[in-house]
Amino acid sequence: MLDIVLSLLILAGALFTFIGSLGLARLPDFYTRLHAPTKATTLGVGSLLIASALYFSTQGEGVSLHEVLITVFLFITAPASAHLLSKAALHLKLRSLAQWPPESPEISRLKGASGAQSPQRPGSPV
Amino acid sequence: MLTTIALPVAFALVSAAFALSAWRLLVGPDVPDRILALDTLYINAIALLVLLGIYLTSALYFEAALLIALMGFVGTVALCKYLLRGDIIE
Repeated sequence: MLDIVLSLLILAGALFTFIGSLGLARLPDFYTRLHAPTKATTLGVGSLLIASALYFSTQGEGVSLHEVLITVFLFITAPASAHLLSKAALHLKLRSLAQWPPESPEISRLKGASGAQSPQRPGSPV
Repeated sequence: MLTTIALPVAFALVSAAFALSAWRLLVGPDVPDRILALDTLYINAIALLVLLGIYLTSALYFEAALLIALMGFVGTVALCKYLLRGDIIE
């Protein structure tokens, strides 16, 4: 029974780690690429750590709590590093596949009044 | 023992994940792509160390994994701060 649960957790963890890195390699622009590893890989490592905690807790040396430390640390730091990475990408104005949102009528009216061209953001798809 | 089948498969999958992240580190068109690839690489390294700990039934590898997690996070934050501000500690 324990063997089956351990195998399932290990396989799920390795599969999620692989899917996260596959997304990092395959997705088309930085913002979608940021999405894959920061979620899938964290989940994969979390499930591997649960498997490890189960395994070492049933080895007869008491409950193993090292893994909880790594899990908590990873789950706290992964969103923080993803946030900083997206801030850096926005600062560098990386190319994004997303459409710019439509302008509100208020801004269009103001621009029409001053006769200004709509500014072409650097890095936006032409 | 099902784990004797599951562990080699998991090793193969995590190694493939390593290769894909390393490829993104090499080709990644922009600097944030490369930082993200490094971030993923250290998380993959933690996964591989945990698997090795289960495989060898040795609890020695958790300290190494914890250190990699700490240092990897600090490295990612430092690189991002450098990109954002042109300086790490102001």
